[in-house]
Amino acid sequence: MRLILSTLLALVIATVVGVGATWMTSTRGTDFGTLQIGAWTARPKTGTADVDPYSRASIARSGDLPIGQGDGVAFLAKTDDKKRPLDGRCDVVVSGVTPAARFWTLTLYDLKGHLVANSLQRYGFTSEEIIRSADGSFEVRMASRSRAGNWLPTGGIERYTLLLRLYDTPVGVATRTPRDAPMPAIATAGCP
Amino acid sequence: MIRFVFTIVAGVLLGGLVHLVSVLALPRIASQDAYSRLTSMTELNAVTGLPLADPGNTLMPYMDPAFATAICRYDLSAGPIKLAVPVSHAYTSVSFYTHSDVAYYAINDRSAGKKVIELNLMTEAQHADLPEDEDVTAADRLIIDSPTSTGLIVLKALAAEPGMMPQAQASLAAATCKVQTDAPPAKQMGPAAKR
Repeated sequence: MRLILSTLLALVIATVVGVGATWMTSTRGTDFGTLQIGAWTARPKTGTADVDPYSRASIARSGDLPIGQGDGVAFLAKTDDKKRPLDGRCDVVVSGVTPAARFWTLTLYDLKGHLVANSLQRYGFTSEEIIRSADGSFEVRMASRSRAGNWLPTGGIERYTLLLRLYDTPVGVATRTPRDAPMPAIATAGCP
Repeated sequence: MIRFVFTIVAGVLLGGLVHLVSVLALPRIASQDAYSRLTSMTELNAVTGLPLADPGNTLMPYMDPAFATAICRYDLSAGPIKLAVPVSHAYTSVSFYTHSDVAYYAINDRSAGKKVIELNLMTEAQHADLPEDEDVTAADRLIIDSPTSTGLIVLKALAAEPGMMPQAQASLAAATCKVQTDAPPAKQMGPAAKR
C-alpha cells in the first residue's frame, strides 16, 4: 500500500514539474541565444534552421512565424530602460537612433501580439515616414491622447509590447554588444 | 522518512524527463501553429494574399502592419516549385518555413539583385536527381533545398507609407508559385499560373 502511494506521489510530482516547466518555458521564453540591448531583446537564432527546442515549442504554441535571418531581426520590449512595464496610460518616449538597416518598423502590440485599435488606424511607424531631428535621431511618443510629432496611440491599454523590426540588416546571430547595435532608449515620461 | 525523500527525488527526476519530452513533442502536436492556421485559407502550390494586419485580424500574432503578405503553401511531392516574385518599390522579401514553422531560408530583393526574385525550391533528393548540365544552365536561378516536402513560403512587400499599400499588394498579386513540369501537363497548372 505504501509502495503504491509513494509511486503515485512520485508520478504526480513528475507531471506537475514536467508539464509546469514546459508551460513556463513555452509561454515566457528562455534566455538561450537571447541578445539583450537596453530594454530590447532579440532572438536572432529563431530565424535560422538551428533554432533551439524551447523557441520551437514557443513558436508552435503562439502561432507566430519568426522573421527569417536573411530578412531581418525583431527586437521586443515589454519594459522601459528602468524595468518599469510599458503602461498605455502613461507617456512613454522612444528616442535615439537604430542600428544599420535598410528599413525598420516600430509597432505597438498588446500582450497577445495583436494590434491595438485606434481611430487614426496608426499601429506603428516605418523608418520612411518618421519625423527626424537634424542629427538624424528621432523621438516617438506612446500615449493614449494625441501628442505633437511622432505619436503612437496606445488606446489606453494597461500593458503593451513594442516591436522594433530591422529589415536587411547586419545585426543578427553575430551581434553581441550595444556598440554593434545602438538601440533607442525607452523612458516613461509621465503618468496621469 | 528516507523513503519519502526518495519519492520526491524520483518524482522531480521523472518530471525533468516529462519536461524534455513535452518540449520536443510540442511542435509536432501543436494544432494552433502558423502552418495549421494558414492551411484552411491558403491554396496548395499557389500564391494567396493574406488580409492586412489590423486589430480585428487575429490570424497570427505579431504581424507587421507595414507589410503586404502573401503565402504559398507548398508540397514538393509532385515536383520542384518555381517561384517568381516581382520586386516592389521599397522592400520585398521571401522567407521559407518548414511544416513545423522553422525558418530555414530567407532572401530579400537586394541579395537577389534583380527586378524579379526567381527561385527553384526542391527537396534534397530532387536536387540530387537534377541532371548535371541542367544544373549549369539553371545557375542563374537560385536553387533552395527544402528540409521537408511541405512547408510555407512567405512573401512580404513593404509599404513604407500607408498610401503605398495598394502598390505593395499589387506586386505580390503578380507573384507566381507553381509546380515545375517540363512536359505538356504543365498546361494543366494554368489556373495557378494566372494569378
